[in-house]
Order: sequence, then structure tokens, then C-alpha cells
Amino acid sequence: MSASVAQVLVEQRTHFVRRWTRTSIIGSSSFLVVAALLAVLPFMVNLSLVYSMIDLFILVILAMTWNMLAGYGGMVSVGQQAYIGIGAYSMVVLADSLGLNIFAAIALSAVVCGVIAIPISFLVFRLVGGYFAVGTWVVAEVVRLLVVQFPQIGGGAGISFSAMSDLSRDWRIATSYWIGLGATVIVVAACVLLIRSRAGLALTAVRDDMTAASTSGVMVTAVKRLVFVFAGAGAGIAGALIAVSTMRVQPDSVFSVQWSAFMIFIVVVGGVGTLEGPIIGVLVFWFLKQLLADYGPLYLILLGVIGIVFVLFVRGGIWGLISRKGRIELFPVGYNFSKKL
Amino acid sequence: MSSAPLLETQNLGRKFGQLQVLSDFDLRVEAGEVLGIIGPNGAGKSTLLSVIGGSVGASTGRILLDNEDITRTSASWRARHGIATSYQIPRPFLEMTVLENLLVASTFAANARGKKAEDLAIGAMKSVGLEGYANNPASSLRLLDRKRLEVARALAANPRILLLDEIAGGLTESEVPELVDLIRHVSASGVTVIWIEHVVHALTAVATRLICLTYGRILAEGEPQAVLNSPEVRSVYLGLDPDGENEAESFVKNRPSEVQKEPNTHA
Ligand SMILES: Nc1ncnc2c1ncn2[C@@H]1O[C@H](COP(=O)(O)OP(=O)(O)O)[C@@H](O)[C@H]1O
Ligand SMILES: [Mg+2]
Repeated sequence: MSASVAQVLVEQRTHFVRRWTRTSIIGSSSFLVVAALLAVLPFMVNLSLVYSMIDLFILVILAMTWNMLAGYGGMVSVGQQAYIGIGAYSMVVLADSLGLNIFAAIALSAVVCGVIAIPISFLVFRLVGGYFAVGTWVVAEVVRLLVVQFPQIGGGAGISFSAMSDLSRDWRIATSYWIGLGATVIVVAACVLLIRSRAGLALTAVRDDMTAASTSGVMVTAVKRLVFVFAGAGAGIAGALIAVSTMRVQPDSVFSVQWSAFMIFIVVVGGVGTLEGPIIGVLVFWFLKQLLADYGPLYLILLGVIGIVFVLFVRGGIWGLISRKGRIELFPVGYNFSKKL
Repeated sequence: MSSAPLLETQNLGRKFGQLQVLSDFDLRVEAGEVLGIIGPNGAGKSTLLSVIGGSVGASTGRILLDNEDITRTSASWRARHGIATSYQIPRPFLEMTVLENLLVASTFAANARGKKAEDLAIGAMKSVGLEGYANNPASSLRLLDRKRLEVARALAANPRILLLDEIAGGLTESEVPELVDLIRHVSASGVTVIWIEHVVHALTAVATRLICLTYGRILAEGEPQAVLNSPEVRSVYLGLDPDGENEAESFVKNRPSEVQKEPNTHA
């Protein structure tokens, strides 16, 4: 049989490859510790803060999954609100109309969104760059226009979510919070595991250079479709959480393009194409929101200005500034070459 | 019975707008060959490799691998079926480390998993002497190291056909023989090599056949020394008097840096 380069390149095995580093051990365990501390928060602080934290969870889910799509996959979508809306309505139908258990309903809402993302991907993948962005937005608008045609789910006025309405207000808020926290931990873990996997290696290569990735054997379109479906499912979970926490699904709100604006802001400020960036971006966004909530439009203008400054002058976002001097990983997704002892 | 060549192009052509960069290009590459390609800047050498590698489509003609038409297949498919491309202007995955860059090729092009993928990547990394930079992001590499990474990434793909594009330029006098040695080793392991190079003495040290390209066509082809001594090549590429005796050889051997810096251009 013919020999191959593989045999010429015999590795003497004086080295090995590690996935975990000191920083990723610290980072990942801190993440779990923070999640555990957050779980007891409803017993410690007042409920209005707990309630506003649900927003933060929703934003983490949206930003993490949008970053997979845009930051890694290079697909700058401004239409993820399509799945937020579909997820929210699925939640109402599954939990209220069909009487499914809340957790099962959330999981199924994600599945519904992921499945719907498949045919949509075949449509929008024909477009690139700015056309892709506009195309996804158009799809979201079309979905909204379709949904409001159905009086069974409230038409243009929206529909209320009542599966949790027999709980007392306090318990309802606390329960929504825990559901939101659990979903967030799961989605962040899913993002980390995806990037850590074989598909994640392909996706990271696609992030850096799509053409070189394909000449290195990566099936670029397949990887992009996988991420498109993944991000659709993630946005669906966020939509389901909106239904749970606000107890109401309004088409103009769940299908609002403002969600996309927020995701873009968060990821750009935190750091595009990294797992750490979106989490940092959400914290910045959420604090700004708490600080400036009373200023109305001024707050949105300020967000816009900050976003533009980052796009122009701080390309890597805040995480880029932090990790500028060499790579720091808070999650074990890289490959580290080390000497055998 | 004559068996089909490993790689064949028939009537291959590529246009960029009005510019016909490759035309009626017929090439047969036998398994185990080290095919050297020389030619002035802008001759279409890199375009030829890109069309074979699949990152640039063919405007006309066919490409056959093992007598099978692969003209319509993607670059990714070709990488997974043994054709490893490297770019003249390196295109590393900038934010990934050197090792990770190579793991992409060994994992997807060579379809290796786990330890196998790691061994292939590490082996490729050591073969070009980049192990000292294993954990550094590719963006921190200088041009010469990026070229090494480009070669290593093609090797990590465990290819049947290795496409190389001007990898010796800028190397020092002691580094060129090391590179030549590496290619000789790779070739001896059964890999077919197509190598574009301006550093002609590096090429002639391993090439079994040489092609000189101009204006997207073959100007001369054959045994390396014969090609270098042919009057057409002497005047078009080396810029020598076509009738001079054996000058080409000494020119190539003794003044490689000039050959490398100032090949004639069409422009
Ligand atoms: N993507 C492209 N678009 C337009 N023109 C191109 C492209 N790639 C190469 N060319 C042109 O094709 C010609 C041949 O280029 P190339 O194949 O790079 O030559 P070589 O590698 O022999 O120097 C040049 O005139 C170059 O400008
Ligand atoms: Mg070239």
C-alpha cells in the first residue's frame, strides 16, 4: 500500500494536547459558582430586582446565540426576532392550549424554532452580507404579518400566557427567574460545548477565514446551517421566557427589530466571536439600562453612540481589550500544546 | 495498457472579466511526480493552482482526478479527497493558534479524529519548525512563519496532491536546503507535488518535471534542465540571451536571489 505524509510526520509523542487551562478551570468554575449564587438570589433581594434579572437572562441567551451566528458564522442577522416571536407563541400554544408541562413546553418551543429555521436557511443562504441582513429582517416581518392573521392566537392584539397564573405573584416571579436562570446556564453550556466540539473547530475556522476553511476541508455551508438552526432554537427559548415572565405575548413587542439592535450592541461592545464577550456585553448593557431607564429616547441614542464608538475604535470589544496580551480563555475550547512530563 | 494520470486538466480556462488568465490548459500529472512550475509574474500560475484546488472556479474545460470529473466539486470536497491547497499570500486562521490552524486541516481535510488528528497536526508543525509557536495566535507570526504555517497546514491535510505556491522566497541560504529536504521527504512518502517557485535552484533540486508558463499557456515543458536551457524560457523568463551556452544553469545556481526578485513581468 502507498505510504502517506502521515507516516513521514510521525509524532514522537514528546508532547500532548490539553483542552483545559488554568484560566478556563477558574473561569468555568466561577461561572458555575455565580449560577449557584444567583439561584438563591430571590431569597435575598427584593423582587423588582429579581424580576429585572429575568431580562438579563433573556439577553444573555440572545447575545450568546446571535454571537454564534454573526460572530463565528459571519451571518449578521437582524431577523432573530422571528424566532423570539415564534418561540413565545409556541410557548402559549404548547403550555396553555395543549397543557404541556412548562419545561417540556420551553424545550419544544426551541425545537419548533430550530425546525422552522431549516427551510428559512435555504432561503436566506442565497444572500450574502448586507443582503443577508435585510433578508433575515424581511423574513421576520413576514412571520409577524402571518402570525397576526390568526385570531385564535390573539391576532394583532396579542395573547396572554396563563399557565403560571395560579401561582402567587411572588412565587410566579421567583419561578420565572429560576426557569430563566436554568435556561441560561443550559444555553451558555450548549454554546461552550458546541465551540469545543469538532463542529466548533470548523466554526472557529469559518470565523477567521471562510475561504481558507473550505480549502482545509471544512464544509462551510453545513456548519453555517447548523449554527443558524442552533441560534434559531436559542432565540426561541428567549421568546418562551418572555412569555413566561411577562405573561403576555404581543406581536409588536416579540417581533420587534429592537431585539436585533440590542443583540448587536451587546456583542459588539463585549467582543465579537468569543464566548466571553457577549456575557460582558450583557452586563454593560443591563447596567446602562438600569442607570438610564428614566431618560427615554436619550438612552437609546447613548447606546447607539457607544455602539458606533466600539465598532470604529474598539474592534475586539471589551473582552478584546482584556485579552489583548495573548489568549485568555474562560471556557475550555482551545487546544494547548504542552510538553510531556 | 496505459493507466490514467492522477490529475488531469483538459482545455482548462479561466477568465477574470475580460482577462483570459488561463487558456486551453492541458496538463497530466502522474502519481509521485514533483512538478515544478515557473513563469513570470502574472502568468497565471497561482490561478492554475486555485482552479485545481477549487477555490477559483474554471470558466471552461475539465479537471479529472483518478479519471473522474471533479470540475464541479467544491474546494472543501477536493481538500477531503486529497488535494491540499496552500496560498501564495498566506491565509492563516488569524485568531487561532498555530496548532489549532493545523488541527483544522488534520480534522477536516484528513478526516482524522482525537489523537490521530493531533499527531498529524503536531507532526506537520514540527516538520516546518513551528513548534515553538504552537500556542501563539497565527496573527502574531511574521510573514515567513506564516508561509511555513501555510505549508504545514497543507501537510496536515495528509494529501495525495500537495499544491505549493512560492514558499521558498525570503528563506536564507541555509533554510532553502531544509525546505528542499522536507519536500523530498514528502514526495518519497508517495505524495504528488505541484510546486510554483521563483527560487529556481530549490525547484530543480527536487522537480522531476518542469513547466514554464506565460500568458496562461505552457511555454516549455519537460526535464528541468532542458526547460531552463530552452531558448524560449531563457528569453521570456530568465531574461538571458537565448543563444548563450549553458548560462542558464550557472545563473540559476549562483544568483538565485536575482532570479527570485526580478523575473520578467508581462506588465
Ligand atoms: N481574483 C482575481 N480577479 C481578477 N484578476 C485576477 C484575480 N486573480 C488573478 N488575477 C489576474 O490574473 C493574472 C494572473 O495572476 P496569477 O495567477 O496570480 O499569476 P502568477 O501567480 O503567475 O503571478 C494577473 O494579471 C492577475 O492580476
Ligand atoms: Mg502567483
